[in-house]
Amino acid sequence: MKNAELRDMSRPDREPLTHIGNEDLMPLPAPLDDPAADRAWKTLSEQARANYECGLDDTCALNLPRPKTPEEETELVRKFVSGLEKLFSRANNWTFLQPLVLSMEHCAKCQTCADSCHIFEASGGNELYRPTFRSEIVRRLYFKCVKHGGLLSAWQHGDIELNWPLVARLAELAYRCNLCRRCAQTCPIGADNGLVAHELRKLFSMEMGIAPKEIHDNGSMLQLKVGSSTGMNAAAVKDNISFIDEDISEKTGIHVETPWDVEGADVLLIHNAGEIMAWPENPGAFALILKAAGISWTMSSELAAYDSINYGLWYDDAQFARVALLHAQAAKKLKVKRIVLGECGHAHKALAVIADRLLPRELNIPRQSSLPLLRDIVMSGKIDLDPSRNAFPVTLHDPCNEVRLMGVVEPQREIMRAICPQFREMQPHGTENYCCGGGSGFAIMSGHNFQDWRFHVSGRKKLQQILNAFADCMDRSIPKYLCAPCSNCKGQFRDMLNYYDLWEKNRILYGGLVELIVNAMRAVKPGFIDWEWH
Amino acid sequence: MTIALYCILYAGVLVFLAGCIVRAISYASKPIHLRWEIYPVPHGRSGELKIMVPEILFLKGLWEFNRPMWWVSYPFHLGLYLIAAAVVLLGGASLAPGVLYPVLHDASVVCGTAGPALGLLGASGLMVRRLSAPELKPYNAPGDFFNLALFIGTTSLILAGVWFRPVGSPGPGAILQGAARFDVNLQPSPLLAAGFMLGCALLAYIPMTHMAHFIAKYFTYHAIRWDERGPLADGSIQRKMAEYLTYRPTWAAPHVGADGKRNWAEVATTNPTQAGAK
Repeated sequence: MKNAELRDMSRPDREPLTHIGNEDLMPLPAPLDDPAADRAWKTLSEQARANYECGLDDTCALNLPRPKTPEEETELVRKFVSGLEKLFSRANNWTFLQPLVLSMEHCAKCQTCADSCHIFEASGGNELYRPTFRSEIVRRLYFKCVKHGGLLSAWQHGDIELNWPLVARLAELAYRCNLCRRCAQTCPIGADNGLVAHELRKLFSMEMGIAPKEIHDNGSMLQLKVGSSTGMNAAAVKDNISFIDEDISEKTGIHVETPWDVEGADVLLIHNAGEIMAWPENPGAFALILKAAGISWTMSSELAAYDSINYGLWYDDAQFARVALLHAQAAKKLKVKRIVLGECGHAHKALAVIADRLLPRELNIPRQSSLPLLRDIVMSGKIDLDPSRNAFPVTLHDPCNEVRLMGVVEPQREIMRAICPQFREMQPHGTENYCCGGGSGFAIMSGHNFQDWRFHVSGRKKLQQILNAFADCMDRSIPKYLCAPCSNCKGQFRDMLNYYDLWEKNRILYGGLVELIVNAMRAVKPGFIDWEWH
Repeated sequence: MTIALYCILYAGVLVFLAGCIVRAISYASKPIHLRWEIYPVPHGRSGELKIMVPEILFLKGLWEFNRPMWWVSYPFHLGLYLIAAAVVLLGGASLAPGVLYPVLHDASVVCGTAGPALGLLGASGLMVRRLSAPELKPYNAPGDFFNLALFIGTTSLILAGVWFRPVGSPGPGAILQGAARFDVNLQPSPLLAAGFMLGCALLAYIPMTHMAHFIAKYFTYHAIRWDERGPLADGSIQRKMAEYLTYRPTWAAPHVGADGKRNWAEVATTNPTQAGAK
């Protein structure tokens, strides 16, 4: 069944409401233009279906255990309603109450948002993934359970049967949205379906303790415990950075040594610690550029201050605030002039934008994206650059959190135009970009067959854009560079390009922005980008 | 009947105004949210006007992103604007010096005729779309049809009331001027009076529904999408935040550590992974 209806969400059976076949999906350009040749999805195991609530679609993000008794179901529904009420209370949700209420009370159901949603479009217009599908259920529950509108309200706004199957499916459905807010950008009223998904996630986490393990247990909780969701404590991260410094020094011929805990530095640089583990050339390139430009900078070994991630942004206000405070406190302790965020989109938005009003005056230290700083360095002439070293096709991915949700649009383009002679834009780009498909935590979620969903559905639109951007040079003999100044996006691209074998067959490599800068530096040994898959 | 008509007219306008004020106050008094803007963000009054004027006058967003809906929604909204303009022009004509009277009066008649006609056309088009467009049908509620039916009924009655008005009986303009003077000698035709009464009921009903999005839009654009004010630039935000941090949340998940006694500041500064954390 392709088109689920709202009332299906309350169906008591646990059968999925939809199934997506490759033939249903939005077509891709060559070389992925044959749906029959598209990769088959791994099916959910019988064990998963037996143990967890998997009644939404072909996949499962939450591992939500099935209640064993009707009483248990009733209790869970009660908790959900309690959480829903708190979502609309001043004391519990002052953080987003106003935009949430406005989105609840003023959607005109015109469906303008649907055409802007990459997930809806890529799924072939599957009703379940329409941005208003989720929101409409929450809206009906709001009028029913929070406003206690009764029959008149049900007539005016529509009704929905509230039971545990509905709640369980809604929990999963909250994790079928990348929170990119492209839908909100096009809503004529200004209703925000992305916010509705965000707030639903909060309800499940903050009231019911339900969140993806990758984001909560192995994410924000691990970061608060040891300092980083990678599991690295301060000693481990210092060791790793030391190795990176050695490698970069050897590779480039320029001695690099990352400064730690320097009081009074101009810049406290915070990387997504995933870079240190997965893409060490990125923090290495940063260190080299900052040194070459003569910037006074440091990293911090304080708890959480060497990992810019803040997964609470996606699902939990309390976790969000805790991590943001740790970042700001580390900066205050070192008396730095500003915090600069490395190439990590959600960290940009979390600390520079969302935390802005939360931080008390003494902790409200200037925070900025690394992109304008890098632009200033490149344009200043402080480092000698040879664009011909980047004489290969390059396209730029705009991370939603840096561009649409923070407004950093031009600095990265100025750099690209200065150092990449074959730079070409994706269409559309800038604030109208599409999400990589890994946003809001999906890039680190790989349970069961969730990857199949995020490559076939949530990442598909971006994949189409990438293939179109390189349509004139898809031959394997031409190496191509997909520049993504965001760890989360890079994680998605690593997995998705690999899934479709686009490195092996078409030589599409992905990487960050600083790597391109260092690759163009005349003082550096040629070949910083080594065109190897990693 | 005339007195009843005037009373309903005044009541409709008063309920509408009161409803709009209550709704606006309700949104304005919500706590200042965390920053949640969407770029591009226009700067300054002129920057905002450059976006808002075409949006309000021409529904530019709908034109760009949902053209099939624009073809029916725009006539509908334009019709409402023209009706409002007709009332304003009529008021202006009543106060204007003699030389301006005919200009304003004639403009009021044009707007007052075109407005209900376009409103009827648009509301009917919206009804047809709601009934037929596959992307709209699953999300319709009975109230959506009721709302449109109210507009169709009101505009139809007013147009029919004007069209079939007996010779010498007052038109819409005369009724409004009569209401302003509370002229009980006026004898409107029953059909036109019914149109006015239904219109007043509709006017009073609008603020109680999502159709009051003309109020919401100020907040969703100005106070959310475009509000990138930081706390340091605006001291009032910092004072409000300090107040909000004293609120006592009751979220039940253990990791939050909210028991209704601890405030947000305490919750946010507690590390749930460390010994002693609540």
